[in-house]
Amino acid sequence: MSQMPQRQSLQGNQACALGAIAAGCRLFAGYPITPSSEVAERMSKELPRVEGVFVQMEDEIASMAAVLGSSMGGVKSMTATSGPGFSLKQEHIGYAALAEVPCVIINVMRGGPSTGMPTRPAQGDVMQARWGTHGDHPIIVVTPSSVQEIYQLTIRAFNLSETYRVPVIVLYDEAIGHLVDTVELPDPDSIEIQDRKWASGPAEGYLPYAADEDGVPPMPRPGDGYRTHTTGLTHLETGFPTQVPADVSRVIGRLLDKIERNRDAIEQYELTNCDDAEILVVAFGITARSSERAVNLARESGIKVGLMRPLTLWPFPERKMKELAGQVRHVLVPEMNAGQLILEIERLCPDSVTVSGINRFDGLPIDPGEVLDKIKEISK
Amino acid sequence: MSKLALNLKSLQKAGEKSDHKFEIRDYLRLDLFPHFLCPGCGHGIALRALLWAIHDLDIELDQLAVVSGIGCSGRLSAYIDANTFHTTHGRPIAFATGLKLARPDLHVVVITGDGDCLAIGGNHLIHAARRNLDITCIMLNNEVYGMTGGQVSPTTSLDRYTTTTPLGNQEPGFDACALAKGAGATFVGREVTLQTTALKNLMQEGLSHDGFSFIEVISDCTEIYGRKNELGSSPEMVLSQKRSILPKFDGTAVDKPFRAGNWDTGVLVREDRPEYYKAYRKHCHKVLGTAAVKK
Repeated sequence: MSQMPQRQSLQGNQACALGAIAAGCRLFAGYPITPSSEVAERMSKELPRVEGVFVQMEDEIASMAAVLGSSMGGVKSMTATSGPGFSLKQEHIGYAALAEVPCVIINVMRGGPSTGMPTRPAQGDVMQARWGTHGDHPIIVVTPSSVQEIYQLTIRAFNLSETYRVPVIVLYDEAIGHLVDTVELPDPDSIEIQDRKWASGPAEGYLPYAADEDGVPPMPRPGDGYRTHTTGLTHLETGFPTQVPADVSRVIGRLLDKIERNRDAIEQYELTNCDDAEILVVAFGITARSSERAVNLARESGIKVGLMRPLTLWPFPERKMKELAGQVRHVLVPEMNAGQLILEIERLCPDSVTVSGINRFDGLPIDPGEVLDKIKEISK
Repeated sequence: MSKLALNLKSLQKAGEKSDHKFEIRDYLRLDLFPHFLCPGCGHGIALRALLWAIHDLDIELDQLAVVSGIGCSGRLSAYIDANTFHTTHGRPIAFATGLKLARPDLHVVVITGDGDCLAIGGNHLIHAARRNLDITCIMLNNEVYGMTGGQVSPTTSLDRYTTTTPLGNQEPGFDACALAKGAGATFVGREVTLQTTALKNLMQEGLSHDGFSFIEVISDCTEIYGRKNELGSSPEMVLSQKRSILPKFDGTAVDKPFRAGNWDTGVLVREDRPEYYKAYRKHCHKVLGTAAVKK
């Protein structure tokens, strides 16, 4: 039955839960942690209504394990956490990357390191989201800037995870997570939903990790007769372990290539006033909102400044960034950490471009005035 | 009729259903052989008992999910021709919890070891026992971390030598069954590999139990632990299972006072308590009204 879009006043974390339900998530396993707990609370209310399962596990590690167990059973699954919990989940994020188990992890960033500042926003997990688990691994990180976008990117996170069989992290700060805004919830039938490719064909001689053209192997569903083995050990196309260098190189190579070859389909960004920009601001999350305001104000004073807002932090929209770096003379990277995203941007800019940052790690968002002052200083 | 009699009857029934004899090769991934277990290792006997029980219960391999952790016990899942999941260290019960909640139609069995289950994974054991989800957890206790070369474990006997207790272990070990019982497991049992038929029967009862069942298998590590402690050949170690091989400390008995030098074996706990998934689903339907629930 088709429905008209609904408008609802929602908190960011609640919008996340509704996005997950819309995407087809039917199991949530989590552990309470500020400032992400509202995701779990809303899921515990919504899931029983769609014949799904909510379970509050005994710890952060167990909740990530349960998400993987459920997904390996064939059910779209998610967890939500913040800093300390995100650290504890890293081993299983690596398992998901290697065993190619689709899953979505919400990380609502708070002040760190350690217990840090549970109720204060930060953007200090940029590098952890990419490199938190050990070893070379594929991963996708999406980063929303508004309550509406939390809803949309949570759906996209599931779609990406199912399509590429990789863990996808939805990374946003406490400020966005606790922001209340009006959200347009589309007609469920109009939402594009991706499901993973399921194994089909004869069970005899079936290779669970033999990839299709797109680099992604279809997944066997327990009970469908394939009776495969899943392991966190480096494994062959058969699913069984190997340590033969040439084989390891091939199978890990494919894992990494899965993202590389599909960059165009995965990468997402938004450009504002970039066409004639001489100064480029690159910002995400709550900081992108301040930056957008600052860019608009600077334009009013005649400064040629634009904003690039990455919606996928990893893979970072590399080609677009290089293209813009060839056009501007200065790149400004405001972020609520001591300088993490700036490292990636410096790497992509030629020497002729000056790259500078605005960095706060005191639990306060960067306000538009701070960004505007810096833009003005640079433009002199 | 007592619960025990009922259960025995169901066992006989299950036995009658099997019109073919148990042939272990039907249940193994033979192309992975030779297996990696050391000569004399008790884990192979435990694996045989498990597959035998699965055979006698007519559990279809397509509907069987075996989840294991890390360590020697963790490697066993790969040899079973079912849906097998070799997960992370200490977490197979947590993986199995997600799997069973998502797929209540599957038979979910966990194979774990004393280090995997009681040290790094202890938290998951006690909460799974409390939750009472229908999972059968088989813990192979060989008193040592064999895979990593023979370090002390939470069940290593007092005074035993390991690579990290070169002067002899002074930490008392866990009574795993008492721990599971204390945490609320509705089925708890222990058996030694020496008594393979009894072990198979115990596993069969655990697999038939609707709720969390915990089975401790007294296994042996001949090559590493046995050699280091001069416990004799493999047959000698297995035969010694009936004598004292685990620490004696007071107050840990499950059903009756802990007999000096011996663990209680057989079914130690059998209790009726609502199975978690069924209880959750039933409750949600009751509160929301079945009609309100959309697939």
